[in-house]
Amino acid sequence: MDLSAINPILLIASLMVSATPILLAAIGEMVTEKAGVLNLGVEGMMITGAVVGFAVGVNSGSPLLGFVGAALASALLSLSFGLLTQYLLSNQVATGLGLTLVGLGLSALIGKPYEGIKSPTLGDIHLPLLSDIPVIGPILFQHDIMVYLSIALVAAVWAVLKYTRIGLVLRAVGENHDAAHALGYKVIRIRLLAIMFGGACAGLGGAYLSLVRVPQWTEGMTAGAGWIALAIVVFASWKPWRVLVGAYLFGGVTVLQLNLQAAGLKVPVEYLSMSPYLITILVLVIISARGFHGAPASLGRSFHASS
Amino acid sequence: MNRRTLLAGAVLALGLAGQGMAQDEPVKAGFIFVGPIGDGGWTYEHNQARLAVEEHFGDKVETVFQESVPEGADAERAMTQMALGGADIIFTTSFGYMDPTINVAKKFPDVKFEHATGYKQADNVATYSARFYEGRAIEGLIAGKMTKTNKVGYIGSFPIPEVIRGINSAYIHAKKANPEVEFNVVWAYTWFDPAKEADAAQALIEQGADVIIQHTDSTAPLAAAEKAGDVIGFGQASDMAEYKPSPRVSSIIDNWAPYYIERIQAVMDGTWESGNTWDGIGPGMVEIGEITEAVPAEVKEEALALKESIASGEYHPFTGPLNKQDGSAWLAEGETADDGTLAGMDFYVEGLTGEIPN
Repeated sequence: MDLSAINPILLIASLMVSATPILLAAIGEMVTEKAGVLNLGVEGMMITGAVVGFAVGVNSGSPLLGFVGAALASALLSLSFGLLTQYLLSNQVATGLGLTLVGLGLSALIGKPYEGIKSPTLGDIHLPLLSDIPVIGPILFQHDIMVYLSIALVAAVWAVLKYTRIGLVLRAVGENHDAAHALGYKVIRIRLLAIMFGGACAGLGGAYLSLVRVPQWTEGMTAGAGWIALAIVVFASWKPWRVLVGAYLFGGVTVLQLNLQAAGLKVPVEYLSMSPYLITILVLVIISARGFHGAPASLGRSFHASS
Repeated sequence: MNRRTLLAGAVLALGLAGQGMAQDEPVKAGFIFVGPIGDGGWTYEHNQARLAVEEHFGDKVETVFQESVPEGADAERAMTQMALGGADIIFTTSFGYMDPTINVAKKFPDVKFEHATGYKQADNVATYSARFYEGRAIEGLIAGKMTKTNKVGYIGSFPIPEVIRGINSAYIHAKKANPEVEFNVVWAYTWFDPAKEADAAQALIEQGADVIIQHTDSTAPLAAAEKAGDVIGFGQASDMAEYKPSPRVSSIIDNWAPYYIERIQAVMDGTWESGNTWDGIGPGMVEIGEITEAVPAEVKEEALALKESIASGEYHPFTGPLNKQDGSAWLAEGETADDGTLAGMDFYVEGLTGEIPN
């Protein structure tokens, strides 16, 4: 056992990288759920983003364009979910699961020609001066742009939901769509936009996997990350900063247990891997014991102006 | 249509299917895969073999497969479905399918099952595997010669005999090549999760490993090695040639096609029998991918000589004197390990650090 082999600075830095895909997906899903829509298709949207992002990145030679393409493609995919659930009033749970299946199949199809190809990688941004600060320099100021973007996105979502009129309307739609409708807000339109925002974020998360973290395209490469993102939203009780904490916790535990193993420390790997899920259940128990669980009141319910 | 007519219809359909079998219908071969066929590694090679079967038999065979089947209860469902769908022989291609295969085989005595890398057999369940540890010996040799930090990182999937054998074999030969070498083993607890595999490789590299050996199925660890620069690795299960000449300096390639063709032929001829096949480099079930120019010529020569001596049966990778990790004697001078011990291997050899999780 040699704990000194673990460099805490590198550990935290790689934790942030490893948590970024689920953070992006989770913050998008949180906004969707805040508008009262439960989209279980995160996994499918992520993997679609991963393959489209990779394809665009390879063909254009620009990873940034890849991210844009991924966001657009996944937003488009989520729009199909939006049309089905918002206009045709299909069941959100079933449609979301269907979206995951569609995404997995579609991505395998699109990805066939891209297997075994290497992608252009996104360079790390070394902010002058700041990145040279010992300890916090490498942790905070030597990442690629998407890591910063994901954190900025959390801050933006928080600010918009808390301080702006748009945020208030979005929350109203999620809490009580009948009341929002009575006040003259376009419930369906707002929900569609929220769904597309969630899709775009999931797409960015997927593209981060295929363009930065792994970086290559492999069929089925999200391997359940979308489901973890869904769990994080619940863990965070629909609060943006807690989504950040949750994502870093989930990502951190994975990286930490691998590092502890590599250092030869005898750790019960199973328990460590299990712990984020246990904590999620614990959080759920605590918040439901308090009587207030933070879930938007209209979550998962279909809206039709006639009802 | 009420339930009764539906049932009657199903029975009729089954009856018809049964009759059809007796005639000159193509043999239906089913495959259960643990990962996607595009994983670029383990499942990819099994699927290549499936395609080779189709090519070889043409119209005489029909193949079906299901990919990304989780190990556990869901596997039983997939196998049952395949057996009900009229498969004559089903290949279940992951260790974790062992008990599900045995369970389903009991329910379908007329269907032949072939389970890869397991050790439980039945009248209609045969097992087959490749002696990957022979290839691991060659990887170990190259790793020992090539490492500058004397730290080799090893990404294990699950602590099962198959993987432990590989670690031991690689370690023994790395140690012979370089007495200073140390192995860091990380268990990923997955066969396929590119992000996690990349993280595992990253963790090992950050702790000083400059050679990564993987026993997981995707190419992600090689991508991580490439990103880190100055780190080498090996193709696993498939050639992974896209990472040539470095970080991928060589590879172990599984070649299942001859075995699959032979077994399906046996079903056609009615000569299929349960048994256990365990072939290595000699018969060609394990192939060693090209050793690239990133490896110095004399190391390459030594590696190829080792391959030859293993292939000819002149040398066994587990030849004494060898002790177990706790220092107790295992193999005496010149003694070689028997297949029984190897098949159930649950211990490290002397020199390896860390414990095998249960």
